[in-house]
Amino acid sequence: MSSPKKETRAPLMRISKRAQISTPKAWGIRACALLLSLLVSGLVIYAIVKLNPIKIYVSMFEGAFGTTRRSWSTIRDAMMLLCIGIGLAPAFKMRFWNIGAEGQIQVGGIVTAACMIYFGNSLPPLALFIVMLAASVAAGAVWGLFPAFFKARWGTNETLFTLMMNYVAIQLTSFCVSIWENPAGSGNIGVINQNTQAGWFPPVFGQAYGLNVIIVLTLAVAMYVYMRYTKQGYEIAVVGSSENTARYAGISVKKVYLRTMAISGAICGVAGFVAVSGASHTISVSTAGGQGFTAIIVAWLAKFNTFTMIIIAFLLVFLEKGAVEIASAYNLNDYASSIITGIILFFILGSEFFINYRLIFRRREKKEVSAA
Amino acid sequence: MTQLIQLIQEALAFGTVILFGAIGELLTEKSGNLNLGTPGIMYLGGIAGLVGAFFYEAAAGAAASPVMGVLISLVCAFVVAGLGGLIYSFLTISLRANQNVTGLTLTIFGSGVANFLGGSLNKLAGGVGQISIAVTSSGYRAATGLENLGFVGNILFSYGFLVYLAIVIAIVASFFLNRTRAGLNLRSVGENPGTADAAGISVAKNKYLATCIGAGVSGLGGLFYVMDYTKGTWANDGGIERLGWLAVALVIFATWKPVKAIWGSYLFGVLFWMYLYIPGLTRSSQELFKMLPYVVTIIVLIVVSIRKKRENNPPESLGLAYFREER
Amino acid sequence: MDKSAVRLENVSKSFGPVTAVNRVSLELRRGEILSLLGENGSGKTTLMNMLAGLYFPDEGEIFVDGQPVTIRSPRDALSLGIGMVHQHFKLVDVFTAAENIVLGTGGSGRYDAKRLRQDILDISQKYGFEIDPDRKIYDMSVSERQTVEIVKVLYRGAKILILDEPTAVLTPQETDKLFAVLRSMREDGKSVVIITHKLNEVMAVSDRVAVLRRGKYIGDVATRETDPKKLTEMMVGRSISLNIDRPEPTQRTERLRVSSLSVLGEDGVMKLKDVSFEAYSGELLGIAGISGSGQKELLEAIAGLDPAQPGASVLFTSREGEAHELVGKSPLEIAALGVALSFVPEDRLGMGLVGDMDITDNMLLRSYKRGKSFITDRRRPKKLAEEVVDELEVATPRLSLPVRRLSGGNVQKVLVGREIAMQPTVLMTAYAVRGLDINTSYTIYNLLTEQKMKGVCVIYVGEDLDVLLELCDRIMVICDGQVSGVLDGRTATKEQLGLLMTHMEVSAGE
Repeated sequence: MSSPKKETRAPLMRISKRAQISTPKAWGIRACALLLSLLVSGLVIYAIVKLNPIKIYVSMFEGAFGTTRRSWSTIRDAMMLLCIGIGLAPAFKMRFWNIGAEGQIQVGGIVTAACMIYFGNSLPPLALFIVMLAASVAAGAVWGLFPAFFKARWGTNETLFTLMMNYVAIQLTSFCVSIWENPAGSGNIGVINQNTQAGWFPPVFGQAYGLNVIIVLTLAVAMYVYMRYTKQGYEIAVVGSSENTARYAGISVKKVYLRTMAISGAICGVAGFVAVSGASHTISVSTAGGQGFTAIIVAWLAKFNTFTMIIIAFLLVFLEKGAVEIASAYNLNDYASSIITGIILFFILGSEFFINYRLIFRRREKKEVSAA
Repeated sequence: MTQLIQLIQEALAFGTVILFGAIGELLTEKSGNLNLGTPGIMYLGGIAGLVGAFFYEAAAGAAASPVMGVLISLVCAFVVAGLGGLIYSFLTISLRANQNVTGLTLTIFGSGVANFLGGSLNKLAGGVGQISIAVTSSGYRAATGLENLGFVGNILFSYGFLVYLAIVIAIVASFFLNRTRAGLNLRSVGENPGTADAAGISVAKNKYLATCIGAGVSGLGGLFYVMDYTKGTWANDGGIERLGWLAVALVIFATWKPVKAIWGSYLFGVLFWMYLYIPGLTRSSQELFKMLPYVVTIIVLIVVSIRKKRENNPPESLGLAYFREER
Repeated sequence: MDKSAVRLENVSKSFGPVTAVNRVSLELRRGEILSLLGENGSGKTTLMNMLAGLYFPDEGEIFVDGQPVTIRSPRDALSLGIGMVHQHFKLVDVFTAAENIVLGTGGSGRYDAKRLRQDILDISQKYGFEIDPDRKIYDMSVSERQTVEIVKVLYRGAKILILDEPTAVLTPQETDKLFAVLRSMREDGKSVVIITHKLNEVMAVSDRVAVLRRGKYIGDVATRETDPKKLTEMMVGRSISLNIDRPEPTQRTERLRVSSLSVLGEDGVMKLKDVSFEAYSGELLGIAGISGSGQKELLEAIAGLDPAQPGASVLFTSREGEAHELVGKSPLEIAALGVALSFVPEDRLGMGLVGDMDITDNMLLRSYKRGKSFITDRRRPKKLAEEVVDELEVATPRLSLPVRRLSGGNVQKVLVGREIAMQPTVLMTAYAVRGLDINTSYTIYNLLTEQKMKGVCVIYVGEDLDVLLELCDRIMVICDGQVSGVLDGRTATKEQLGLLMTHMEVSAGE
């Protein structure tokens, strides 16, 4: 007669949740993932162009930081990505899937451009600056409040709602472009206030993008403090963790949804302001250019810590700039950057599994479990 | 009258792209996976079909036959898009990565691969618009032969076979989900994986299969876009991505029912192209008109959430990873 | 012919250090209804889960029809003809009854909806169910859902049916119907196990009763040869002396006067019916009852988390002697008046604590709104956290560890410690020692007693009757959402409590 125990075998491999992992070990796993992903991207590059990947990575670095001009353009783009990431952080911390940063950036950009066009010659620079800032904050906040209102009131799915709001904003941009188009019939509005430079960010310390850095880094610090040290930030964390607990602590979940999404949208609106007033000095349907999506990944990977986001934003922009450089140097097209970005992100996303879970392989010797 | 026929034809062509995308995404979502990588997957399908056809025609030269070209590109599109789904599946199902972030990454990756290869292909062919896959494309655009039956023929029979295939796939998907055991099992996985698991249904297997096959179907949308909609060319203009998001929207619009997605997709097509046919619109008001499909989707989303009719809700565990020990 | 349908021999199962089932041997015969009786945590469900394939026994053997078998999954169990209806139904809400019943039954291609319908109706007719195969689960009442679960098991060809507390969610009429069905299944030669702790039902439906206590098999008797009193004795056993310090109450003044409190549950069932009682300062009021009898709703209603039905009143008298009506106030206002609630739910974290936050931030949960500043003040909570960790001996490497990472006992200490630190006037705790080892449990008992001596009105919802009897000054027993009696903790006996919990009147001659 066989006892049931002998017949059963533990599965070859099973998964269990890790109780705890040390911070260095977690970062070690992430670093391994990053290295692996660079290796794989290197192989992909090699497969396509048959060039030494190390050489390619070197020329990528050249592309991103080779000259002062390039460095500043890298910084400008990283600041843009960071700014959006900062905006998304509180929403995501609250587990509110704000996929709508694209749209919030666009509307922020639209109102900024409108201010530049309509008030560019009538308001003094400081007043114009304040009006633009206020307008972009308001526009972004409104764009964020729409989905938040319906989510709070009826539980409408915010992921899909915010996604659709992006395209509404893009059409709104097309509409404005067709009104403001300059020269007529060109389909775009060119650089606004080319001669007067009204509404452009003034150079700070001799750097054209100095103000961008100041604004975004200020926001980064402010958001860090807001999420970590204020009562409202605390409420966001509680709501994100469990609505039940929030109720128990007397937090109004609806109010927190609305307030947080207004803030999230407002900062993304400011990102639009920075993009128009501080970088391109024009508005088009590609002002946001997919960065609203990329920033989600930035915020997520940084676990909503705005300082970690700085590193990740730079990494992603570095990849993009580098790929553009390889593309021109080796006569490829610069979409290679999206491929490399994709591969690296896949690896980092996958690595989180090994931080949160443990694989347990079947042992050869079976331990007898004795009933005490 | 000609205008109406033209609008309907354009709407159907447009609708077919997003119908493929939406049916694929719908299958995926029924398993509980919200795959925001659909635009990337459609990109992968489109470029794979194009590359397959291009190299086939280059190799076969004058001997190239439309049937072979169609077959090769069809298989390429389905398989490569399915592989995109496999990446997503592995990360979200086996490694339990966040679905939304993984999906967005897949969109970045897919559009990168497609535009990279598309650009290279353009260069290889000697410039934008110079890719010549005339034989294969003609295979795709060969009409049914009944298109000369006046108005009816023009509206119903003037399209390439993929338009009809999309409808067939939607109906088959509907039958599969609602009438077969396998479909029932799949739905139970998306609704309540714990219950499915207890009933002896493999959650992981169902999710993998639905996501990969769904991705393959979505990929056909990209293929149709390349072969028929843009007539065998490649342009890095983000067209597929736009339509990809609309495909995701269409799933909501159709409240997760494949048959509803059929007419929904054509309605989206009509809404999208209507601005061309409404007299008296300025160019700027046309742009406002183009908002319609998105606004309509938002309204549907809101109405569905207010009415709270259970049949119209998303699968209950949509977006969540399943880990048995967390029951 | 051997009458044995299932035989368990020396089956044991442990979860970590806790032995849930300890060398139990049990036999189920063909064509009988067996009641498996025992208190909460006596191991009934664990034992049956091993039959149903959810758990795998650590040791022991299982025989079905005299043959030794291995049951590794619910599928294995079903193929042996064993089906179990769990307390929490495993149904897909948006599916019809028929779809749920056919789910996962194998086969490929189309399922024959017509034949399926007919099969379901045949089963229903045979045993006297009422079921509409085409209704969606979400449209069904709890009892209809249970019917679907039972039919689901029968459709899969089960000869042995296990029902885990099937009547917990049913009205008396529905219970009668269920019992009629069970009897007709018995007539059909099937074997039925019902897990229960309601003595009147045991008497009403079963042929034989098997009793478990603290994971051990106590014995079995034929139902007609026993009575509720004997069964209660078997179930609760003799009192064990725990030596918990119980000083006499001091400064006894009324703090809470609850009258006509009723609460409607989310599923539309009345969870609390017309409850009235008083609680006093300097006194430890215990609340006993089968789990799910309305304890949670009672505390949550007092704390303002669950809305009370109209006509209810909860009058709170503060230390200064001011009276406040709590019904209608927000949870925050009630907490501010000095009514604290620490509820330890089954998953331990649930609603009292935020798992991703560290101890300091969890201390903040009750107090973060204090003061006008925009910035949170973490100095006081940090000090508080240090004190709680220190005084309650919370084992944690550092304060900044998310509480999710702490072990269960330490999580509970954090929760209870925080509520006590609010210096409440009324302290309500539920299941404060759930899953804790003996030493930690004593720490918590002492804390509660200390609070009582400080003049706090302590309300303690507990599971262990021995503890209630040694810890509490008065014990209120709840059964089915109603107060079935209030006993003096110093003179009450375990049998009295057991009978009240199962809604049998305590006879005067006791």
